[in-house]
Amino acid sequence: MIPTINLKELIFSTTRKRDTMALITYREALKQALAEEIERDENVCIMGEEVAQYNGAYKVTEGLWEKYGDKRVIDTPISEAAFSGLAIGSSMLGIRPVVEMMFMSFSYVAFDQLFNNASFCRYMSGGLMNVPIVVRGPANGGTNVGATHSHTPENLVANHPGLKVVCPSNAYDAKGLMKSAIRDNDPVFVMENTLLYGEKWEVPEEEFIVELGVANTLKEGTDISIISHGRCAMIALKAAEILQNEHAINAEVIDLRSIRPLDEDAILNSVRKTHRAVLVEENKPYCGVDAQISHLIQYKAFDDLDAPIHRVSAIDAPQIYSKPLEDWQIPNEQRIIDSVLKCLA
Amino acid sequence: MPTKQAVKKSTGKSGSTKKFEAEAINKKLSKSEKLKLYKKIVAIRRFEERSLQAYNQGKIGGFLHLYIGQEAVATGIVSLMEENDHIITAYRDHGHALAVGMTMNECMAELYGKYTGCSKGKGGSMHYFAPDKRYWGGHGIVAGQTPLGAGLAFALKYKGLKGCAVCFLGDGAVNQGSFMETLNLVSLWGIPVVYVIENNGYSMGTSLKRSSAEESLAKRGEAFGIEWSTCEGHDIFEVRSAANKAMTYARDNLKPYILEIRTYRYRGHSVADANHEKYRTKEEIENYKKNKDPINVLKTKLLADKTLTEASAKEIDREIKAEAEASAKFAEESPYPPKSEITTDVYWTVDNDSDNQLKGTYFFND
Repeated sequence: MIPTINLKELIFSTTRKRDTMALITYREALKQALAEEIERDENVCIMGEEVAQYNGAYKVTEGLWEKYGDKRVIDTPISEAAFSGLAIGSSMLGIRPVVEMMFMSFSYVAFDQLFNNASFCRYMSGGLMNVPIVVRGPANGGTNVGATHSHTPENLVANHPGLKVVCPSNAYDAKGLMKSAIRDNDPVFVMENTLLYGEKWEVPEEEFIVELGVANTLKEGTDISIISHGRCAMIALKAAEILQNEHAINAEVIDLRSIRPLDEDAILNSVRKTHRAVLVEENKPYCGVDAQISHLIQYKAFDDLDAPIHRVSAIDAPQIYSKPLEDWQIPNEQRIIDSVLKCLA
Repeated sequence: MPTKQAVKKSTGKSGSTKKFEAEAINKKLSKSEKLKLYKKIVAIRRFEERSLQAYNQGKIGGFLHLYIGQEAVATGIVSLMEENDHIITAYRDHGHALAVGMTMNECMAELYGKYTGCSKGKGGSMHYFAPDKRYWGGHGIVAGQTPLGAGLAFALKYKGLKGCAVCFLGDGAVNQGSFMETLNLVSLWGIPVVYVIENNGYSMGTSLKRSSAEESLAKRGEAFGIEWSTCEGHDIFEVRSAANKAMTYARDNLKPYILEIRTYRYRGHSVADANHEKYRTKEEIENYKKNKDPINVLKTKLLADKTLTEASAKEIDREIKAEAEASAKFAEESPYPPKSEITTDVYWTVDNDSDNQLKGTYFFND
């Protein structure tokens, strides 16, 4: 389950103390980011299935159509290839569309548009154009919907130079990263999480952004580094608390926030301090994001390691439907704790 | 506004006999404008012939999809572009590039993979771009450009600019799902995009009859409530006449339009297509060359109206051949891009990070 105790304070101990904080949901934080950017820049518009009159399949865009109208918040037919490509084409002329995938799994229907056109048009033109679009939507399992609706393709996106991808784990990052993504002049995927939409965190009422490529230390520690992203970072934080309270292990928890660009320094500095690393992600392990992180650590911090790098990923099979089994298939506190104990043994 | 019937009547079956040069859109052309059209058509032909020579000499690698035979289509339509019009096409893109005014030098150098190429040697034959000339590629995946073309036109409408996007595609591309999705979308939203189907009869080696259940490709527009018409592509005046109606309709009504232009390519799907005389007869190719060659058709008309003389035509051809030859020399003598270019033009933010403000690692090379 989603951890709620104590964690909010841990996450934001480093944010500006002066700011007035409001306790809002991850969903509300995203909506605020979208609304603020629509008001800031007349070229920002939202398009996707059910985003306008239906208020969004997951209500992220609730109320935006009523407030900003047909021009800025646009319902599309169920045609991911067409509206993704249309968004890309329009961005070449300066429109900045935020494209909602009802599930990031549906981006696969638009693969050519997103993974050929959005990613490579700039390169193939020798830098004559850029594609300032955002592709956002939930990319997670754990919702009992089976294999076709449970993809976590941040590894896939990160494998395409030209694309950027971020995975906010909490409301503060969701808002700050979304605003950065919309202002970015390159295509950015924002991987959200349906299991986080209803969770609340403190978010400053003042305007702020979270830069791409900056990781967040969720908890400082000395014994081992747990490096994670997305909702798994929250699970890792909960596991770290249990490790502290029940096993006297002081784990450091790093939330990558941004997968490409990647904050290598945050990873390496942590490992150089703790000398051990457990990598946690909801991706399937083979060619997952953490395969790259693991390579990075062994390549650049080999002499600092006191133990092999351990990984906790989704168990390597298509996403299973059956709820208790799916809860075990994706990373949970217990699997992280087991891995940490093994790494420290 | 022309009704569907009017548009169809003005083009279509009577094509080869009708005097399209007498129509207002063509009649208004000055001698120098007509000469410019002729030079463009010849330039495309001679450029591609020279590129083929370089390919056969092993100086150009990859794919080379030649436009020879179809030149009047791109040239005619580009000549109608207004201030806010944009074009985009697929991988048979050299003709469109030269038509919008890209130089032979930058185009040839791109084929050679040289730093002086239009994409610095990063795109190759299938990926020419010139945003400053409102030419948005050059796209390698069949029909992949069709939603992008819709996006260009969407942007015009969003910004309140009067114009249209012309998106070229081949007769094979009509069977891609992305195109059919896009047709629905542009009609639903009222997007001023003109889809020009350059129907050369073959999607690679598969004839139209063997790939499309219904022979009229533009007619598919009816399923989406889209106006459509067809015309022949060998006579640039006919192309201009039909395309002018289509583009004007899109601009004036904020609606899409499908124009199917029957044309022909003399060469294979790409130069690597050694079978192109097996899936069609030699006679078929020769017959088109003899009766419908776009250069000859235009030349005959321009000789008749005294825009050209045999001598001036010869001189134009000589000049353009020399230009094509010079472009090959330029390409050969140009340097390859430095290795550092592999990782530039990937991210706008990286390329523009002169103050070193960017956070994080963007490239993952050991």
